[in-house]
Amino acid sequence: MKCKVCRESAAIEIRRHHAVFCKEHFFEHIARQVERTIHDFAMLEPGERILLGVSGGKDSLALWDILTDLGYKVDGVYIELGIGGEEGYSSGSLQLADQYAKNRDLNLQVVDLATEYGYTIPQAAAETRRVACSVCGLSKRYVLNKIAHDGGYEVLVMGHNLDDEAAVLMGNTLNWNLEYIGRQRPVLPATKEGLVRKVKPLLRIAERETAAYCVLKGIDYEVDECPLVGGNTGIRIKEWLNVMESQRPGTKQRFLFGFLDRASDHFASAHQEEVELNECTTCGQPTTNDQCSFCRLQARMADRG
Amino acid sequence: MKVLLRNPRRELEIEGDASVKDVLRRLDIIPETVLVIRDGELLLKTDLVTDADTIELRPVISGGSPR
Repeated sequence: MKCKVCRESAAIEIRRHHAVFCKEHFFEHIARQVERTIHDFAMLEPGERILLGVSGGKDSLALWDILTDLGYKVDGVYIELGIGGEEGYSSGSLQLADQYAKNRDLNLQVVDLATEYGYTIPQAAAETRRVACSVCGLSKRYVLNKIAHDGGYEVLVMGHNLDDEAAVLMGNTLNWNLEYIGRQRPVLPATKEGLVRKVKPLLRIAERETAAYCVLKGIDYEVDECPLVGGNTGIRIKEWLNVMESQRPGTKQRFLFGFLDRASDHFASAHQEEVELNECTTCGQPTTNDQCSFCRLQARMADRG
Repeated sequence: MKVLLRNPRRELEIEGDASVKDVLRRLDIIPETVLVIRDGELLLKTDLVTDADTIELRPVISGGSPR
């Protein structure tokens, strides 16, 4: 197979684009797709302070690389979740994130959940008897926003890719969860004091492509799956979507972008009607209750003795 | 050929030469869900894998909490 641009030996095929690229033209293609996404959804403005949530996985490291090559100055923040003990999953992922930041002379801030907030994800999952992904998502959303806000960043960049967003949309559609469907946007604006705008520049990039990007660029990333994630619904939905994608390339992109282009506005009211935010009595962050979910979790973990 | 798989890590042996497409079909793996890597290079579905090769089938699906 030959690169569609230069006819040199191909490195990767992207079936939904009917395209085969050599390494260099694949990098160009990815950069162009990300630039287009940033432009089309007005994600980033010149001169803004940008913070990226870095996990040590393929998506966040690829995104850091792409944005840096495009000329954006992006700082990273890694949240040490305490998964897998001292030499386990979290510390291994941190090492990879740290190594990448050092190699490219980028600034990575590390926040240790146990030190700063008094618990790890496995402890919180055990105490609350909730699935680990649920307490993990709650913790990461809160901490990332807080670090971005307190650090004076105007925008928080996230590594959600095409597969992530299509799977979330599919999950919410299967349950007709109107509020969540109404909230799913490429840009989540800072609607209240205390919230930082969130953007997702990898929206047009499939996760197979971010993984390939890292392999071809020689970026070491955390390949192993989080040990707490086993068989969760999000992964199952991704598998179902990939069955459809293999038979009809482009299914995921048509589903997600069809929604964003033609359907999302119809669900916006479901989201807006729902939300009336107060200030959390503990931390001041916006919440629908008196105390936000994160502060309730933190208090519960502090009380366990 | 030797085939390395992840999550969980394990190894398989497949007899004879085969294209990447055939290897994935025999193992019932959807091509969209993996990268096929030999000596640090990505393979395409039409590439031939010989009996003497070692390839890694690296999963690309990641999950977990909404980030």
